[in-house]
Amino acid sequence: MKRHSVVRTVAIAAAAFLATGALASCSAGDGDGGDGADGGSKTLSVTLVNHVWTDIIKEKIPEFEEETGIKVELSQYGEDQLSDQYNVKLNAGTSELDVMMYRPLQEGKQFAKNGYFADLTEDVESDKDWDWADFQKGPVGSTTYEDQVVGVPIITEQEVLYYRKDLLEAAGLEVPKTMDELEAAAKTIKEANPGIAGFVARTGKSAAVTQFSSFLFSFGGDFIDEDGNAAVNSDAAKEAYAFYGGLIHNYGPENVSTDMSWAEAMAIFTQGNAAFYTEADSLYKNATDPANSKVADTVGFAPIPAGSDGSKAYNVPSWALGINEASENKDAAWQFIQWATSQDMTLEIQQAGVPGARTSVWKDPAGVETYPADLAEAIAISTENGIGHDRPLVIKVPEAREIVGDPIVVAITGGDSDAAADKANEAFQELLDDEK
Amino acid sequence: MTVPVTAESTGKPAAPSGWTPQKPTPWASFSNWANRHRKWVFASPAMIFVALLIAVPIVWTIYLSLTDSEGSVRAKAEFIGFENYLEVLGDTERFWPAVWRTFYFTGGALAAELVLGMAIALLLWRPFKGEKWVRVAILLPLVATPVAVGMMWRLIFDPNIGFANQVLNWLGLPSQPWLSGEHTALPTLIFVDVWQWTPMIVLILLAGLTSLSDEPDEAARIDGANSWQRFWFVTLPLLRATVIVAIVLRGIDALKTFDILYATKGKGGGSFHEVETLNVYAYGLSFDYNDYGIASTVLILFFLLIIALMWIVTFRRKGDRS
Repeated sequence: MKRHSVVRTVAIAAAAFLATGALASCSAGDGDGGDGADGGSKTLSVTLVNHVWTDIIKEKIPEFEEETGIKVELSQYGEDQLSDQYNVKLNAGTSELDVMMYRPLQEGKQFAKNGYFADLTEDVESDKDWDWADFQKGPVGSTTYEDQVVGVPIITEQEVLYYRKDLLEAAGLEVPKTMDELEAAAKTIKEANPGIAGFVARTGKSAAVTQFSSFLFSFGGDFIDEDGNAAVNSDAAKEAYAFYGGLIHNYGPENVSTDMSWAEAMAIFTQGNAAFYTEADSLYKNATDPANSKVADTVGFAPIPAGSDGSKAYNVPSWALGINEASENKDAAWQFIQWATSQDMTLEIQQAGVPGARTSVWKDPAGVETYPADLAEAIAISTENGIGHDRPLVIKVPEAREIVGDPIVVAITGGDSDAAADKANEAFQELLDDEK
Repeated sequence: MTVPVTAESTGKPAAPSGWTPQKPTPWASFSNWANRHRKWVFASPAMIFVALLIAVPIVWTIYLSLTDSEGSVRAKAEFIGFENYLEVLGDTERFWPAVWRTFYFTGGALAAELVLGMAIALLLWRPFKGEKWVRVAILLPLVATPVAVGMMWRLIFDPNIGFANQVLNWLGLPSQPWLSGEHTALPTLIFVDVWQWTPMIVLILLAGLTSLSDEPDEAARIDGANSWQRFWFVTLPLLRATVIVAIVLRGIDALKTFDILYATKGKGGGSFHEVETLNVYAYGLSFDYNDYGIASTVLILFFLLIIALMWIVTFRRKGDRS
C-alpha cells in the first residue's frame, strides 16, 4: 500500500509539472504582440540590418518613442543572418515581426509572392506632406509588386570606381575613362609597384554578381534579354566576364581568394594594396574614414569607365522597409516607417553618407555637400545613365546569382569563361522557364 | 502474462463471504489502472517528448520530401511522390560531389584524430610532472565555440594578410592559397577539425586506458615484448571497445559538421562548392534557394546514410563478439 501511494504521488507531481509547463508555454505564445489588434500596442518590433543607416536611426529611436509613446524593440543582424531570420519566422507565420528592413531586389519578389508583405498602397498615398511622389521612380518600381506598394525604399546604391590618386600620379596616369584605359592603368601600376594590385573587386560567385553587372551593362549586355530569355552567353556578356575576371586574374592580388565579398575586397583596398576598386558608393565611408582606411587621404572616385556601350552603372534601391502581413501592429509600424523615411530624416541620413531614395534630397545642395566632390559627380552621372537592377530580376534570386556568377569565378581563376557562360546560360534559362 | 492475473485479483477481489463489494471511486480505479500499467505511465512523458521533438519533425521532413514545396512552407505544395528522390539521386553536379566531400572530410578528419589522439593519450597515460597543465592546455580547443574557431582560422589562413603565409614566407616557402584554393580548402578544414576535436578522442581513449589493468602489459614485458609490440598486441586489442566508441561518436559528429565549414566558406561552400558537404548543401537549398522539397529529400537521404553507417558499425561489433 505504501509503495502505491509513492507511485501515486510521483505520478501526480509529474502530471502537474507537465500541465503547468504546457500552460506556461501556451501563455508565452499568446503574449507576444497579442495585445494590440488595432494599433493600441505599446511595443513595436523593428528588424534592421547592420548598416550605417541603422546606426543613425538607432540613435534617434528615443525621439520616436517620446513622440508617439510606442516602445521600439530593435533587432539587428548581418545580411545573411537577417535572411535566415526572415525565412524561419515568416515561414512560421509569425506576428513577432512588425517593421522589416529588406532588399527589394534580393528577397522582394519572393516575399511578396509568398504574401509576407502588408499592402501599403493606401498608406503611402494618404499622407501628402510625407509625399510618396518624391521617391525616385526606379526604387519605387522595385518595391511595388503586382500594383501593390509593399515597401518604402530607404537606401539607393550606384557603382563607382574607387582609385588611389597617389599611385595614379606617380605613374603619370589620368583617371581612366574607358575600360581599356582602366586595364592599361592597372597593368602599369601593378608592374611599377610590386606587392600592390592594379585592380581588386569582389570575387565570390554570388557576391560579385552585383558589382559585375555594371561591367556587363557597359559592354552592352544584360542578364535577361528583351524577350525574357537568358542572355549571359551573348557576345557582350562573354566579353564582360572575360574582362572583369581577367582584370583580377592578371592584375589582382596574389593568391586571390574566390570568396571575397565587399568586406574582404574593401580591406585590400583600404590597406593600400590595390590601385583600383569597383564597388557600391554607399560603402564609401569605409574608404574615407581614417580610422578604418590607410588610404583615406588619397582615395578618389570616378564613374564606371565606359565600355563599348558607354558607362552604365547600376542604380538600385538596396534596402527598403516593409511591414509583415501577419503583424498585429500595422498602424504603429506604418507610423515608424513614415517617421524613418520623412524628408528631414532622409536628408540627415544622406548627409551622413548614405544615399537616399528621395528626389528632393538630391536636388537640395545640402544633400550632397558632405560628399567628396568627385563622388557626388560620379553618383550624378551614374544616376543619370543608371540601370535599375544589379542582379537578375527573378523570384529565386540567390540561385540565379550563383548561376550567372559562375563564369566570373572561372574567369578570375584563369579558366575558359566562354564555355562557363554557355553552361550558365543553359542553367539560367532552365530557371527562367521554371518560373514562368 | 502474469500481470493481468494479478490485476484481476487486485481489481476485482473474489468477494469473501459476509463482505459486500463496494464500487471503487473513479480516483481509485484510475490509480489501480496506473498501477497496473506502471511502466507505460512512467515512460509516457519521455515517450511523448521523443515523439514530439524527434518523430514529428522527421515525419514532416519525409512528407516535405515527397512534395514540390518551395518559396514558403505555408504555400500550397503538390504531392509528387518520389520525383525529388529521382532528381537528387541523378544530380551529379551538386549532390554526389557533396556526398563524396562529406565522406572525404569525415574519413580524413577521423583517421588523423584517431592516430593523433591515441598518441597523445598514450603520452598522458603515465603520470608526470606538470600533467595537469598539459591536460588543460590540450583540452582548450575543445571548449572553444566552433564558429569563433572558424573565424580565427579564416584570419590565420587569409592568403594576403594571414599569419600562416607569413610564417611560410619567413621560412622562405611560397604562399599557399589555404582556405581560398579550390583544392586546398577541404584539406585545410580537415586540419582545423583535427585541431579542434582531437582532444575529445584523447579524453575518450584516456578514460579507456586508465581503466586497463597493468597485468597483461607486465606479463608481455616479462616475456620480452618491446614497447611497440606491447602497444600493438596488448594495449590496442584491450582498448578496442573504447576505440569503437570514439569512432562512432566522432564519426557521426564529423559527418554532420556544419559550423566551421559555414563560418569559413559561407553559403554553398565557396565559389566552386569546394567544401559543400551534404549538410551545407541542404542548408543552402532550404535557406538560400527556399527549395524545401529538395532540401528535405537531401536531408532524408543523409539521415538514411548515417543510420546505415551506424548499423554497419554496431552490426560488426556484435559479429565480433560472438
